[in-house]
Amino acid sequence: MIELNNVAYSYGGDALLNDISFSLAPGSFHFLTGPSGSGKTTFLKLCYGALLPTDGDVRIFDHSARDMGRDAVAYARRRIGVVHQDCKFLDHLPVNENIALPLTVSGQATPDQFANLQELMSWVGLVGRGNALPPELSGGERQRAALARALIMSPDVILADEPTGNVDWEMSQRLLRLLVELNKMGKTVMIATHDLALIRAAKAQVSARVLRISNHTLQSAGVDL
Amino acid sequence: MKRFLEFFKPLMQADLGADRVVPPSGFTVRLTVFTSAAMAFLTVFALALSLAADRLATNWGEELARSSTIRISAPAGQMAAQTEAALKVLTQTPGVVSARALTAEEQQALLEPWFGPGLPVDQLPVPQLIEIAETAQGYDSEGLRLRLQAEAPGAVLDEHTRWRKPLVAAASRLNLLGWVSILLITATTGAMVTLAANASLAANAQVIEVLRLVGATDGYIASAFVRRYTLRVLTGAAVGTVLGFIAILLMPGGSDAGGFLTGLRFQGWHWLWPAVVPPLAALVAFAATQAAARRVLGELA
Ligand SMILES: Nc1ncnc2c1ncn2[C@@H]1O[C@H](COP(=O)(O)OP(=O)(O)OP(=O)(O)O)[C@@H](O)[C@H]1O
Ligand SMILES: [Mg+2]
Repeated sequence: MIELNNVAYSYGGDALLNDISFSLAPGSFHFLTGPSGSGKTTFLKLCYGALLPTDGDVRIFDHSARDMGRDAVAYARRRIGVVHQDCKFLDHLPVNENIALPLTVSGQATPDQFANLQELMSWVGLVGRGNALPPELSGGERQRAALARALIMSPDVILADEPTGNVDWEMSQRLLRLLVELNKMGKTVMIATHDLALIRAAKAQVSARVLRISNHTLQSAGVDL
Repeated sequence: MKRFLEFFKPLMQADLGADRVVPPSGFTVRLTVFTSAAMAFLTVFALALSLAADRLATNWGEELARSSTIRISAPAGQMAAQTEAALKVLTQTPGVVSARALTAEEQQALLEPWFGPGLPVDQLPVPQLIEIAETAQGYDSEGLRLRLQAEAPGAVLDEHTRWRKPLVAAASRLNLLGWVSILLITATTGAMVTLAANASLAANAQVIEVLRLVGATDGYIASAFVRRYTLRVLTGAAVGTVLGFIAILLMPGGSDAGGFLTGLRFQGWHWLWPAVVPPLAALVAFAATQAAARRVLGELA
């Protein structure tokens, strides 16, 4: 689905990521860990075409990101649900419209998908908060709304950057279960997180690979976390 | 045709979602509407001015073209010969389209208001009149005078409406100035919309980022802005045009005496001209916003 071949990236100075090769297989479940500032968010941005590699090649759905026009990137994003680490919303629209935004923007909102909206809202525990404006939400609520927005299009790939950073243990378990369910339905999932307890809990439910960014490269984290 | 429709797609997209994704901005909306209204009002005036000046130039020009006459006063015996000679000179003068000696009946008709009917023209020493039609450039009147003096000493060149010539030139120039004004107003509208749309796009960089994150194409994002500005300008221009139209309607019109000032009203189908103003303004806004959006979205990529 998404492939990185000898990718390097730098924000201008020294290379942040170096010689990274990785293939996101359909239906797989990945965790991405690494110290703060190691480049997890950067890695995910490369995966969904928000950044272009400074060296090497990123292939998104079999197209080289470098050759994709902005429209092609936009269409690819409709198949990739992204949960941004800093959960950006349109602050003038209520939460439910924000969650439905990918539908609105794609111009193919069906009543079915809006039924999805209600279901999703209850899954992420936002029932009754739909008419609030994003600035009125707590940090955890924002993250859940961001996750719901990432899932509304029923994307093939879900890239979540710290989706459980601000929620309590119980809620994080609930969100994890949601992602595991989606993975069992065939979705490809990748979660960037610091939360080793979350990874351990996931491993009990799904066969997940854990990747680690250290020393500017991607390594397999092995079984013993 | 398909490409043409494709071009206007942002305007026709049925869903209202695109308008809502960009936060409203009350103050600049009113400024844009007001400015468009003012521009449309001015355009209607410039139109009226242009068209009036054009009519004036045409009318006066036509009068000018058949304005000169030659009067031949000669003893009865030489009258025919001098008329013949003068006509011959005229046919050889560049700038003269045609020249014709008036018949006795025509001369009588001209004199009748003064002397009453039944005047025996042929028995009176009435001068023979020659009517000259000239080209737009006209002839060299000094040269013609000199040659007439030599060939037909009794001939007097009378150019009673030639003084209008510079006025006709001025009217033509005024007409041109009117159109230049319209062009400038159009360009100013475009510049105003570009500035407003640029500011709005820049102020909404965050919104654009979120839209891109969820898979909005540049076309979708641009259409939100394009539709907004096109509709604002269309609204403003429609109001301004109606006001300008009413103002022109209230101008006194019709009388011959006032000439230019009372001729400022539109005439005939020219009353339809102002109807072109709002769509034109909307088209300018559409193109300006489209270009601004394309540029800013490219920069934000
Ligand atoms: N737009 C940018 N311009 C310059 N430097 C950047 C930019 N974004 C990130 N960086 C730098 O790149 C490094 C990696 O950032 P990144 O956000 O990918 O880390 P991360 O692993 O996601 O960290 P965290 O766990 O804190 O989210 C950091 O040192 C950061 O300061
Ligand atoms: Mg990060």
